[in-house]
Amino acid sequence: MPVLEIRDLRAAAGDKEILRGINLTVNAGEVHAVMGPNGSGKSTLAQVLAGHPAYEVTAGSVSYMGQDLLDMEPEERAQAGVFLAFQYPVEIPGVTNAYFLRAAYNEIRKARGLDEVDSMDFLDLLEQKLKVVEWGPDIMSRAVNSGFSGGEKKRNEILQLAVLEPRLAILDETDSGLDIDALRIVASGVNKLRAQDRSFIVVTHYQRLLNYIVPDHVHVLSQGRIAMSGGKELALELEAKGYEWVDAAAEAVA
Amino acid sequence: MSASVETLVNQAYKYGFVTDIESDVAPKGLSEDIVRLISAKKREPEWLLEWRLKAYRGWLKMTEPHDWPNIRYHPVDYQSISYYSAPRTKNPLGSLAEADPKLLETYAKLGIPLSEQKILAGVAVDAIFDSVSVGTTYKAKLAEQGIIFCSFGEAVQEHPDLVRKYLGSVVPASDNFFAALNAAVFSDGSFVYVPKGVRCPMELSTYFRINTAETGQFERTLIVADEGASVSYLEGCTAPKRDENQLHAAVVELVALEGAAIKYSTVQNWYAGDEEGRGGIYNFVTKRGKCVGARSKISWTQVETGSAITWKYPSVILQGDDSVGEFYSVAVVNGRQQADTGTKMIHMGKNTRSTIVSKGISAGQGQNSYRGLVKVLPRAAGARNYTQCDSMLIGNRCGAHTFPYIDVQNPTASTEHEASTSKIGEDQIFYLKQRGLNTENAISMIVNGFCKEVFQELPMEFAVEAQKLLGISLEGSVG
Repeated sequence: MPVLEIRDLRAAAGDKEILRGINLTVNAGEVHAVMGPNGSGKSTLAQVLAGHPAYEVTAGSVSYMGQDLLDMEPEERAQAGVFLAFQYPVEIPGVTNAYFLRAAYNEIRKARGLDEVDSMDFLDLLEQKLKVVEWGPDIMSRAVNSGFSGGEKKRNEILQLAVLEPRLAILDETDSGLDIDALRIVASGVNKLRAQDRSFIVVTHYQRLLNYIVPDHVHVLSQGRIAMSGGKELALELEAKGYEWVDAAAEAVA
Repeated sequence: MSASVETLVNQAYKYGFVTDIESDVAPKGLSEDIVRLISAKKREPEWLLEWRLKAYRGWLKMTEPHDWPNIRYHPVDYQSISYYSAPRTKNPLGSLAEADPKLLETYAKLGIPLSEQKILAGVAVDAIFDSVSVGTTYKAKLAEQGIIFCSFGEAVQEHPDLVRKYLGSVVPASDNFFAALNAAVFSDGSFVYVPKGVRCPMELSTYFRINTAETGQFERTLIVADEGASVSYLEGCTAPKRDENQLHAAVVELVALEGAAIKYSTVQNWYAGDEEGRGGIYNFVTKRGKCVGARSKISWTQVETGSAITWKYPSVILQGDDSVGEFYSVAVVNGRQQADTGTKMIHMGKNTRSTIVSKGISAGQGQNSYRGLVKVLPRAAGARNYTQCDSMLIGNRCGAHTFPYIDVQNPTASTEHEASTSKIGEDQIFYLKQRGLNTENAISMIVNGFCKEVFQELPMEFAVEAQKLLGISLEGSVG
């Protein structure tokens, strides 16, 4: 059974249709890169999979581990193992990173019928997870994303990914706004988290990230549809030829 | 926290029950005879009766303030309220050992055990039921250090000189309409005196409960910290659900002598009325502290979640040089609640300092106003004030208003005022939901973070209580 099976998915924001028939299958352990120019719908796809209320699904289906994903509340999706690393992580003033992460961790454990962990045990766990993003413990007493630099926010997303151990991780333009050092840390964090039972959808505008996170499959979105799919070479070809090439190809098909 | 908040947000006002107990209730209406009746019931000395009568005559000439507060309500009919209600029990009140089991049960239901053996935390409690004190715990233990903690009525009998010296010294009977009313008809309340150099070893607390219908509650609290003394005091309040509005007009006076410190915390959860705005408590309260001596400190912390209408401005008069005043407040309105609350910091002495941190949260159709005065008098050289005033809006039918008044009459003083207004964003809620929290828990986390600077001022066990309360108060405020 695939981890994720998207069939003819259409979604709109208000009157504007953005996704216009997406088909995508993701199996366990695979890394899929979703690329495309601005406005092609790649971030919308990430948001729709996470259940953002700003988008309305107008047609199609999404099956996650055999369940109807579209029928689940955003928190139910999270509890079932769907994780979205946000393009613009949100600030929660006054709530420490440690408190927030433990609350999220325990919600997910509870949903799976496991006991909640107390703060001492959680700190032990955190100590391990902080290594994934090469961070010291200071970050845990700061308020969630408040006053974080762009790079720190993205690292924090990967730290959450490490703690929450999802089955499906969707990275929404995690590379945007990162300098080369931050990009290396974030990408290496993701690579450490690759596993047999964890799949990734890596949404990105640039090929650059894929030098670090090498995908199994690359899909190129154009005007709300997947216009091309291929192996990791497709990303390089795209880098050389530009998105106009895909748009032209998509026009030809349409 | 999530498990407890989740269960809490799914329940209605859980303190809305009525205790079925026979009470002595004074006939409705207000007159000199009623003032005399209350004074006689409490076997008061002549000077106190005179003090009450003077207040009553002054009150008759005053009018209920409707022009300046940002609250809307029908004028109170003062002749339809009963001004005295005491549970009728076989045994004398004030002795916990012999107290009516029904009363003890009431407080147990409220989570306030009055049996000293059952109290784990070191908190001494004075329990006020309608107009009278049911009993005070740990009195003997406190007395070993010379600390007086008893009901106001008892203090009048046992320590008349102290009461006479300080009563009305901070909030005069003529101060305002509701303070004058309170001075005329106040029934009971708590009295605390901490002698020179003594640090009170436990939290002192009063638990106010309104039970009888169509009565008002007019308690009066007086706390005196003598030179170098310190005390931390807490109050909690609940009332049954009723369709009529009930009036609560209390007065609290704090006196800090040289080098003394008083910390006063309130968790106010009076019944707020139903969704249509029927019923609920009118909470019209005058609270003021006076830093009489040099280097004294008074700190107010309040978490206001209940009441149909809240009108209160816990204030500090900074008379002694180098004295410090603080005000930390969280005020929540939901449904049809209205709050007009804030503080006054009056700088009289040199190098006096004050801090104001106000967090207003508006949900439903609630209206929340911050009103604060910072006044620096000519003699207060080097006075400093810092004010931070933040408002949070949940939904689009509520309101947040800010009315800061700053009056500086000394050129060496400095005042700072920072203000912000934010709305809980869909994006914040979605972010937390994507991490596995449901909507109620997400809001609770965001709001608790917003209030953090105030909660960390509360004594530990009450901080937890306050966080839970916020969850209940904001139930159903989104979606």
